[in-house]
Amino acid sequence: MKHLPMISRSVTIALLASVAFALPATAQTKLDIAIVGEADTFDPMMSTKDVVSIVTQHFVETLYTFDANWAVAPLLATELPAISADGLTYTIGIREGITFHDGSAMDSADVVASLERWKTQSPRGKSVADKIASITASGPFEVTIQMNTAYAPLLSLLAFSNSAAAVYPSETLAETLEKVVGTGPYQIAEHVPDQYLQLTKFPGYVSRTEPSSGGAGARQQLADEIRFIPVPDANTRVEGLLSGQFDFADGLPAESLARIEASDVADPMLLRPFGWPIFAINHKAGLLTDLKTRQALQAALPIDDMLFAAFGDDNFFVVDGPMYPEGWTWRSNAGVENYNQNDQTKAAALLKETGYDGTPLRILTSRQYEFHFKMAEVAKVALEAAGFTVEMNVVDWATLGQQRNDPALWDVYITHSPFLPEPALTDLYSATSRLGWAEPAKDAILAQFTTETDQAKRQELFGQLQQKLFEDVGFIKIGGFNALMGTRQGLTGVTPTPWPFFWNAAK
Amino acid sequence: MKTYILKRIIGLMVVIFLVLTIAFVIVRLAPGDPAALMLGPEASAEDAAALRKQLGLDQPIVIQYLTFVFNAVQGDLGRSIFFNQPVTEVLLGRAEPTIFLSLFSLLIALVIATPIGIYAAYRRGSWLDQGAISTAMLAASIPSFWTGLMFQRYLATELGWFPASGYGGPDADFWTRMGHLALPSIVLGIVNSALIIRFTRASMLDILGEDYIRTARSKGMGEARVILRHALKNAAIPIITVVGLTFALLVSGAVVTERVFNIPGMGNLIVSAVLRRDYPVIQGTLIVVATLYVLINLATDLVYLLVDKRVKY
Repeated sequence: MKHLPMISRSVTIALLASVAFALPATAQTKLDIAIVGEADTFDPMMSTKDVVSIVTQHFVETLYTFDANWAVAPLLATELPAISADGLTYTIGIREGITFHDGSAMDSADVVASLERWKTQSPRGKSVADKIASITASGPFEVTIQMNTAYAPLLSLLAFSNSAAAVYPSETLAETLEKVVGTGPYQIAEHVPDQYLQLTKFPGYVSRTEPSSGGAGARQQLADEIRFIPVPDANTRVEGLLSGQFDFADGLPAESLARIEASDVADPMLLRPFGWPIFAINHKAGLLTDLKTRQALQAALPIDDMLFAAFGDDNFFVVDGPMYPEGWTWRSNAGVENYNQNDQTKAAALLKETGYDGTPLRILTSRQYEFHFKMAEVAKVALEAAGFTVEMNVVDWATLGQQRNDPALWDVYITHSPFLPEPALTDLYSATSRLGWAEPAKDAILAQFTTETDQAKRQELFGQLQQKLFEDVGFIKIGGFNALMGTRQGLTGVTPTPWPFFWNAAK
Repeated sequence: MKTYILKRIIGLMVVIFLVLTIAFVIVRLAPGDPAALMLGPEASAEDAAALRKQLGLDQPIVIQYLTFVFNAVQGDLGRSIFFNQPVTEVLLGRAEPTIFLSLFSLLIALVIATPIGIYAAYRRGSWLDQGAISTAMLAASIPSFWTGLMFQRYLATELGWFPASGYGGPDADFWTRMGHLALPSIVLGIVNSALIIRFTRASMLDILGEDYIRTARSKGMGEARVILRHALKNAAIPIITVVGLTFALLVSGAVVTERVFNIPGMGNLIVSAVLRRDYPVIQGTLIVVATLYVLINLATDLVYLLVDKRVKY
């Protein structure tokens, strides 16, 4: 009799063991994502930094998003809005049954309160605030935006994850959020500054049912956990990826491509093209307020050499004048004959016409992004050959961020941008930007471009705007450059984008 | 001795006050705007100005300084602009990796340096002495970031013996975190061993030429006993000095090594804080580092008392 319990225990253990082997493994899937630095905030409304967008889009959502072709698609909205014929009234249906991470249900009151905050506090929201007459809840799950003037980029602004029109529970809203509560597929579990941000699957998430396409469609929550690990040193990101420590690494140096290609642990992921380096021109004060001097600058720049010096490998840049790459709807060849002239003789002649007195052309740049500095170095040689006196002001990124706000301190500053889905998402064209590029004909085209709702007409207007950009030298696009990322071999569901996301990623 | 310690503590306070003032002035003399950095490239000058106001950075500099001193005296080092956390909390979060990295590095440096330094002195002029000195020179000459990068690439990435970077994820226990410190500790240990080897050798050479060593040998005492009991004990003061300084430097933040291995310690924090223009964190870190530096030096001076009865304060 004494042996019976032991036998029964053994049988039970054996049975349990056999059941365990029969069931599929339910190991937790965790993704370790190396990003270029710590996100400054988890409130994407308040920042235009890419790293903030990359992280926060996993737990905070917007009414709209972009699909794989950068077309606006509904996310928290039921569908694309009904827009009145005059382009002034947007009626937006809100999805029912959506819950925030704090368990509260989302309705139109939350959306109205969030959009009001976006309009008054977010850098991008403020840019459109004067065009919005009112935002009202026209039903428990319907919001109406009444515009003062038609504004075509509104939907793109509402869809953008950068300075995002994020939707939060109305009761959590404040100038600075105590806690960021979103509706996204993942929620914040733990944050240890400069070490990791741990996100776990939000069990109450209701995914859209359309097929996944870019940020649109189903968000499948395939991984149980996503950890964003800030790794500021690019080489450390490479070693972490190649040693198998990371499932994905963002912002890798061009020279690491060969090692990643040769690795049997990781694969390279090239975003082709990622963005465009920019010579931003000061129209408010200084040397370049004169058109001929700007044209001399444009004529002198040896674009091929600058890009080669900056990126060193044909895989990483393209000498391309139009403001949008091949295949984009905004692509136009208007005015591109002025691109990449590399003609210092012409530049010298233009300078002579202006009676240039040798006043230094001040280039404000930083080594935070080494390619900015390298481009400036090559440009300096060509500009000096054309007769410019060039003064390089090489500072750290924080200083550049401050000094570029003072028009007395620079003539050109160097920056870059990803290709944005809607041209109006960059303020470089606007007379009110820090560049201060004001030109009556250009401003008229820009006004038409932002109020026109017909897409074909908008494309035509953008061509005219690009023509003006080259003629008046508003700012200078140097070319296109690619971005290198890396994934663990076998990782699926991640597509190359400037703001990579991982809700459909599996390994 | 009590008077001596009291004097040193008063000196410490003066140092802290000077550091506090210099740190405040230097970070504000440097151009750069934390608000513009936080808001990102598309934010306007007006947005940055509004955030500066919210952060209190629009206040007159004298008011900011007085507020800072008043709070610091009460142990409040302010609030990090970037992390929106008290600076003391941010610093405490960095204490564990920095302290253990410093301890392990020092331990490795001592394990490498002490026997080599002693043996090099004992076999002065031999090929081993020459080799030890040359190797120490080499280790001191190679920048720690290069050693770090090479070790990371070959020992971590290629051979997989160590984690390549970081300090472990959410589920990392204490030992996993310590495992992440192994490779950076080896790098720092090797780099710092060079100086200790040279000091140990030089100090031992001085002592080995003394009459009492000759006397000990003539009495028939074993070589090991002569070296370890008589010579090393008397050669200890300069060695302790350099060990104390090395430890103080390590605790102050092994900036480059922490950066290369992405260790979230004090060194990494101060670099990030400078790049982010997180004024309160820069100030707070400098104050803590200066305090630790002075305290470790004080502790080193007190250790002299234990090893050499001739020392009196």
